[in-house]
Amino acid sequence: MDRAEKGAFITAVAFMGVFFALIVYAAKGLNIDVPTCITDVKPFTQGQVIQHAPDRYEIHYLAKMWYFEPANVEVPVGSTVDIYLTSADVIHGFQIDGTNVNLMAIPGTVAYARVKFDKPGVYHIVCHEYCGIGHQDMATKIIVKAGEQQ
Amino acid sequence: MRVEGSVKTVILGEIIFPIVLLIFGIYHGFMQVLYRAGIIKDMSFLGIEYYQGLTLHGVINVIVFTTMIIVAFGNAVFLYYLKKPLRPAVQWVSFLLMVVGTLMAAWAMFAGKANVLYTFYYPLIAHPAFYIGAALLLVGSVIPLFFDWAPNYIAWRKEHPGEKVPLAVFGMLVNHIMWVIMLVPVVIEVVFQLIPVSLGLISETNPSLSRTLFWAFGHPVVYFWLLPAYVMLYTILPKIVTGEGKLYSDSAARFVFLLFVLFSFPVGLHHQYTEPGITNSYKLIHAFFTLGVAVPSLITAFTVAASLEYSIKSKYPEVRNSLFYWWTKIPYISLEGDKWLVSYFMAGLFLFLVGGITGIVNASYNVNLVVHNTSFVPGHFHTTVGGLVTLSFLGISLYMVSKLMGKDIKFKGLAVIAPWLWWQGMLIFEYAMSVAGIHGFPRRTNTGISYLNPDSPLYRPEWVGYAELSVFAGFIIVLGFVFWAISFFGTIFSPKVRESTIEFPTAPALHDEKAPALNRLTPWFIVSVLLFVLSYVPAIYDVTKRGVFFDSPGYNDKNPTPITKPQSAKEDQRNTAEAK
Repeated sequence: MDRAEKGAFITAVAFMGVFFALIVYAAKGLNIDVPTCITDVKPFTQGQVIQHAPDRYEIHYLAKMWYFEPANVEVPVGSTVDIYLTSADVIHGFQIDGTNVNLMAIPGTVAYARVKFDKPGVYHIVCHEYCGIGHQDMATKIIVKAGEQQ
Repeated sequence: MRVEGSVKTVILGEIIFPIVLLIFGIYHGFMQVLYRAGIIKDMSFLGIEYYQGLTLHGVINVIVFTTMIIVAFGNAVFLYYLKKPLRPAVQWVSFLLMVVGTLMAAWAMFAGKANVLYTFYYPLIAHPAFYIGAALLLVGSVIPLFFDWAPNYIAWRKEHPGEKVPLAVFGMLVNHIMWVIMLVPVVIEVVFQLIPVSLGLISETNPSLSRTLFWAFGHPVVYFWLLPAYVMLYTILPKIVTGEGKLYSDSAARFVFLLFVLFSFPVGLHHQYTEPGITNSYKLIHAFFTLGVAVPSLITAFTVAASLEYSIKSKYPEVRNSLFYWWTKIPYISLEGDKWLVSYFMAGLFLFLVGGITGIVNASYNVNLVVHNTSFVPGHFHTTVGGLVTLSFLGISLYMVSKLMGKDIKFKGLAVIAPWLWWQGMLIFEYAMSVAGIHGFPRRTNTGISYLNPDSPLYRPEWVGYAELSVFAGFIIVLGFVFWAISFFGTIFSPKVRESTIEFPTAPALHDEKAPALNRLTPWFIVSVLLFVLSYVPAIYDVTKRGVFFDSPGYNDKNPTPITKPQSAKEDQRNTAEAK
């Protein structure tokens, strides 16, 4: 191995090492993590919105060919929302635009993410995993309202 | 070397058959951008439905075209470098299996019975002919390895003790053994999950397991497409760039192939970051290895650049002391001899650079949350498999056809321009798709009748500009392909001027150290399989045992009721299971 080659090799490995270290820091240090294995939540058969406190919500999303249940949810700005997602038939996708929430709905499993809505607006959700002929119409939204108390 | 008889016919068939199909694949690629931009606001066009076209585009371009061209190139490489005849019987069996399999799958797709996309996960179910056809294609593609290449390689080793096997043979051999290993999980998925459900033999199976098995194959397969391109970059490119160039380092090239053997397999979970059912630490391990697999690509970048620099500087003394000026001496557009091939490799390399960077984004665990399943992802892989891989395969196909048929390349000017058009189109396409992806634009979606149709309640105007830009890009890409196709078919239909030969320009190595560890394949493959098994056993355990995972019935793409079992029966079964 000549010197230039050795240098290139070490640089390549170092680069990837730094990238990986940053990922681990983001996941463990900043808590920006991906959905994990949930072993204790049974897949539900109905979508619903549960309000625990004025700014604490829990939404159970059921993805079906070809809609999300519940449709259009409204929450006040500053709310923290726990999102649970499952599928009643095939595999669907679920991304809340403008956030880091990006999940897969797989039959028999429940995906989970927590998101805090700090800005008012309409947050679109589209299915991004092909799920049959009506796939392109499968969308819903979360409307974050600027509350009077703010 | 001269090549006649039926082996020549087989190799030509393995090139021309998939390229005829590729015309459909590219047509449906172009239709995709039209649908997605809302230029076609409909479910179907000319009798082909959107998702049907998407399936055809994916399956033809990345399974049929790549697999058959790789087998053709591998056959030619083994024939030319080892100087040992291939067995016609083996070659015909392999070729016919691939053709029959492809036609079966093609029938299912064209009949609209297999709209499951290239990523055929359970519970969406296609017609059995689709799965059985795909299986035959794959079986056909591994036959030459077992009955032609491996015996010839072993015989060559015996006759040339202590010698290094030619680099191209080494690369293609490594690549195909990798292929056999990665087929194991997808064969398990197809044989034990998809075919039985599709035939109605079983009514339910585990969707999470199906996805895990699919991606255990679905990412390594990209290295199966990539390594033949690397073989060409190492052996052909340095030679033709000046006519007498050298490969910078032979050991580095072999080391790269072996690193792919190690790192190709423990990477599949990076496609499954956003799904529940798999513990995060295993996802993180796969993130580590996915970044690791970037290392051999970075070494390749160095070796290819160093080979080009060395070759050009030794030919042109006036640029010997320049840091960058030697770049201008690369024959980007040249009609002289075989130099037209340089444009395919250089355009491919420029695209691959972008593909590598966006690939690291996809692999980066939590960063992936921003781009998962958005158009960022197709943006990425159109610069890798749609970039370096396709361009080098198109280039080598034209080259092999002209040699094997003894014909001069017709419309060489078009053949030289084609990769540069393709390159520019792909760069614009990648830009449009990536940026749109960051704004949430989904992949695999007929956006023309929903999000990008002003009449739809789902209209999302912020995506329109990117989608329109991708139409422009698609047009340039198709133009590039048309230029190439004119040259390719022009060559085929021109009169024969030479005798049929097979030969590859081959660059000798500048640094050619003896590195015995790099010439023993077996230990590397054993470690690789171990790593594969170790990295997947916990994930498989997770998706089958650890959580509350159900088997679910199969569905077709047209109807939300299960095709294999009524929903109520499933509920009953689940209730009895809980009661126990």
